[in-house]
Amino acid sequence: MHDPNVRASGARVRKKSVLALTLNGRAREDFVADGMLLVDYLREVAGLTGTKQGCDGGECGACTVLVDDRPRLACSTLAHQVAGRRVETIEGLARNGRMSRLQQMFHEKLGAQCGFCTPGMIMAAEALLRRDPDPTPERIRQALAGNLCRCTGYVKIVEAVRAAAETPVGSEGAR
Amino acid sequence: MTLMPAFRLHRPDTLAEAVAALAETPGGKPLAGGTDLLVNIRRGMADPPALVDLTNVGGLDDLVVSEAGLRLGATVTLAHIAEDEGIRAGWPALAAAAEAVAGPTHREAATLAGNLCQETRCIFVNQSEWWRAGNGFCLKIEGDVCHVVKKSLRCYAVYAGDVAPVLMVLGAEAEILGPAGTRRLALASFFHEEGRSHLALAPGEIVTAVHVPPPNGAVAGYAKVRVREAIDFPLAGVAVALRREGDRLASVTVALTGVASAPVLVPGLDRLAGTTWSEDSAKTLTDAVRKSCNAVKTTVTTPNYRRRVAAASAVRLAGDLWAAAGEGNAS
Ligand SMILES: Cc1cc2nc3c(=O)[nH]c(=O)nc-3n(C[C@H](O)[C@H](O)[C@H](O)COP(=O)(O)OP(=O)(O)OC[C@H]3O[C@@H](n4cnc5c(N)ncnc54)[C@H](O)[C@@H]3O)c2cc1C
Ligand code: SF4
Ligand code: FES
Ligand code: FES
Repeated sequence: MHDPNVRASGARVRKKSVLALTLNGRAREDFVADGMLLVDYLREVAGLTGTKQGCDGGECGACTVLVDDRPRLACSTLAHQVAGRRVETIEGLARNGRMSRLQQMFHEKLGAQCGFCTPGMIMAAEALLRRDPDPTPERIRQALAGNLCRCTGYVKIVEAVRAAAETPVGSEGAR
Repeated sequence: MTLMPAFRLHRPDTLAEAVAALAETPGGKPLAGGTDLLVNIRRGMADPPALVDLTNVGGLDDLVVSEAGLRLGATVTLAHIAEDEGIRAGWPALAAAAEAVAGPTHREAATLAGNLCQETRCIFVNQSEWWRAGNGFCLKIEGDVCHVVKKSLRCYAVYAGDVAPVLMVLGAEAEILGPAGTRRLALASFFHEEGRSHLALAPGEIVTAVHVPPPNGAVAGYAKVRVREAIDFPLAGVAVALRREGDRLASVTVALTGVASAPVLVPGLDRLAGTTWSEDSAKTLTDAVRKSCNAVKTTVTTPNYRRRVAAASAVRLAGDLWAAAGEGNAS
């Protein structure tokens, strides 16, 4: 019997279907292969290259994005698994060209050096602050424990998140 | 961009559809959080023709705490288990084991059934395809020799799940659904000690829930030894449940992970029942744990270290639980 998922050559058909989701606040639909990873969808289809791929799978946290406000590794998730959900990437944090207070504090407190881990680090920290607006340094370290940074030594990152928690809402981007 | 192999993805809403989808595609696999399976697929360690995503099945992530114990749906996340007040109060060892898995972002996606059913691991196999090709592959995938135990006909890849040993000492059962219907299987019978076929699941079967009985006076804990405090798999993990009646140990059960191709329920501890916890008990436990480890060089640490650290962790944890249960008795 002919299997519709296999070509005459024996190669498997790469099936595509419609993926509808909310990306950084906007509803969108794309035609996406069943096997496409979320990180590839974000970078290659949606053109949002802020989300980084830092390892060959699940080890580094550079690909962290938010799905319904919770952190998620985009390299270990299929794009279709977030159908109908609210996905946010680093590109979604700035408002009217102004960095969010968390981004501002990573900048001011030197929480970013080479910057490769930074988008994932900020999204993981953003998820924490949405749940716990005033986390202790210990709590920050726990929440970021899956995000590797080869540059900063983490001290400045924890300080940046603490500083964001201490900055009154609305004062961001003031300078 | 990552070139993933071509596979069909099914996202059923019901369990019946999930089982039907698996039955239709021999070699197809269930997909849950993806933190184990998708990583392995992209490394070329698995090439299923279809994945059946269970995370869209309604109600499969229900978590029910009641007098009758716990009923945990297959797709309950480890983050949920670690945070649930009812579990933290009644089954703290389970919450601790869930919280010890990988890193916080993994746990948001990682599910209970995915954790139990995770693939076995070995330094010769959890590598990129080109790394494995350079080494001539191995018995587990694509090759015909084992690089760890020369001339071996079996694979010794290690089971490193953190949650299974705790569920074993708590006397949990898995609820399983397949083409032939539903069955229940004690966690103690859920695994085979073989790196390539470590699960007692028939093709097309999925775990739908895990049932944990009420603690019934037992205290339990989980101790994990790893290189870094986050992300890393256990070099050895030990779960202990014990019941203390006054100055006597009514019962003690110990299960290990990271030291064999399956989690191991340590045999021969019945002789500790009725005794008072002492240096002698510690020695009996040490011998029993060390004998139960089937550790070979599948990880970065030596088998001897893993056996010794498993035994030392078991003794320390049992001693702590004994003391804690004594305080409970006194008050
Ligand atoms: C960097 C890193 C570190 C990790 N550290 C740890 C660790 O410390 N401890 C640990 O235990 N694990 C660890 N893991 C492995 C993995 O993240 C966890 O085991 C996780 O719980 C797997 O769950 P999942 O839902 O993501 O499973 P998936 O990846 O979706 O599935 C895993 C396997 O289970 C099968 N499966 C899933 N659901 C079912 C079901 N309902 N019925 C039958 N089969 C099913 C799948 O077919 C697949 O074979 C780590 C992974 C990474 C990448
Ligand atoms: S134990 Fe041997 S056969 Fe199994 S994965 Fe390791 S090298 Fe391969
Ligand atoms: S890219 Fe490293 S964890 Fe996703
Ligand atoms: S800033 Fe370079 S890896 Fe973190």
